[in-house]
Amino acid sequence: MSTHDAVTPASARIILICSGKGGVGKTTLTANLGIALARLGERTVVIDADFGLRNLDLLLGLENRIVYTAQEVLAGSCRLEQALVKHKLEPNLSLMPAGNPRMLEWLTPDDMKTVANLVAERSDYVLIDCPAGVEQGFKNAAAACREAIVITTPEMSAVRDADRVIGLLNSQGIQPVQLVLNRVRPKMVANQEMLAVDDVTDILALPLLGLVVEDEQVIVSTNRGEPLTLNGTSSPAARAYVNVARRLRGEGVPLIDPSKERRGLRARLMAKLRKSGNS
Amino acid sequence: MTLIDFIQRLLGRDKPSGALARERLQLVLAHDRSDLNPELLEQMRREILEVVQKYVEIDLESGDVSLETGDRVTALVANLPIRRARPLAIPRTAGADMPDGVVGHGEIGASTDQRTDPDEVDAEKAAVADPPLPG
Ligand SMILES: Nc1ncnc2c1ncn2[C@@H]1O[C@H](COP(=O)(O)OP(=O)(O)O)[C@@H](O)[C@H]1O
Ligand SMILES: [Mg+2]
Repeated sequence: MSTHDAVTPASARIILICSGKGGVGKTTLTANLGIALARLGERTVVIDADFGLRNLDLLLGLENRIVYTAQEVLAGSCRLEQALVKHKLEPNLSLMPAGNPRMLEWLTPDDMKTVANLVAERSDYVLIDCPAGVEQGFKNAAAACREAIVITTPEMSAVRDADRVIGLLNSQGIQPVQLVLNRVRPKMVANQEMLAVDDVTDILALPLLGLVVEDEQVIVSTNRGEPLTLNGTSSPAARAYVNVARRLRGEGVPLIDPSKERRGLRARLMAKLRKSGNS
Repeated sequence: MTLIDFIQRLLGRDKPSGALARERLQLVLAHDRSDLNPELLEQMRREILEVVQKYVEIDLESGDVSLETGDRVTALVANLPIRRARPLAIPRTAGADMPDGVVGHGEIGASTDQRTDPDEVDAEKAAVADPPLPG
């Protein structure tokens, strides 16, 4: 492998988006958060580190524009700019496509670090879409990041896998690690037929960065290859993704638990009073 | 939720599945995080009971040694109702494997578990810190 000894500007944030379990919304979050950050004026690169089951290109609608990938960049057979695919509607966002699945046979943590540091040189945010699992693919992706977002759904198996990933991130000293809770169904939570938001944050002991409700529009937008955040904040999930982006940048956007919103005025007031009494 | 479910719930016969999920998760994570295999845990449980029994007569039926977890810290919690002390069982100078001061009530090891159930004043509680997860 050719080694590019990239010096990374201190300002670039390299964030791993991971979950342990597959299908909980990593790629959807990466695409939407990438667009949202770009819309807020941040130069953003999303890296598809899921070489085995890549589909970040599909979610961004860029699948037909890929010529080179991370593989050619690492081999030194193309320049970085040639591999990066700029988004057609949001020029602040670029995709670093995943190479051939056979890359998994030789890819090392150092390779991922090289790619991430190279793109970090020219960006404010680098988001790494992590593969599922806790094996080599995860380790490669985790080696390249400086902080992490763990995404989970309020389901037992997803939370358990998230816990395992958090343990691994902690042991590697990755800081901060924040939580996004996806596919929350307020009605089920209100009926106590689903883990509540507090249950998950208590169990995983991570700060909550965002809360995304179950939203059909996510599927529609995937079909179109247009992340929801491209069209502003038209749906609940789009609003949630934009809020994650704003909180990442340090804006104090309040978190509203949708399953508590429908509680009576009195219950909400009491909860507020209790909270302010504690702090 | 069907009407039947709702009535069952009202009568307190049926725990909501959300609460069940929470309890089951906390239990399984306590084991995941401690990374102790069940066999070792069972051996430790037996040895703890043996040690405690040298000093006090405990109710083995309702006794319980288990792992609990909260805030990413796993605690080993022994809840051992004491029937009565064994006043003459152990000489004042205990053997090398028997540190002084581990008598009757109180704590074994460094406890990070602050919760005390007023109904179980005769319970022994011990806690171990969460070991670093394997790499
Ligand atoms: N908030 C949501 N509401 C509805 N569907 C969602 C939501 N988030 C993700 N999905 C769906 O879940 C599936 C898995 O999402 P994906 O982002 O591919 O997960 P991962 O990358 O973790 O495997 C996709 O079909 C996606 O459309
Ligand atoms: Mg994915």
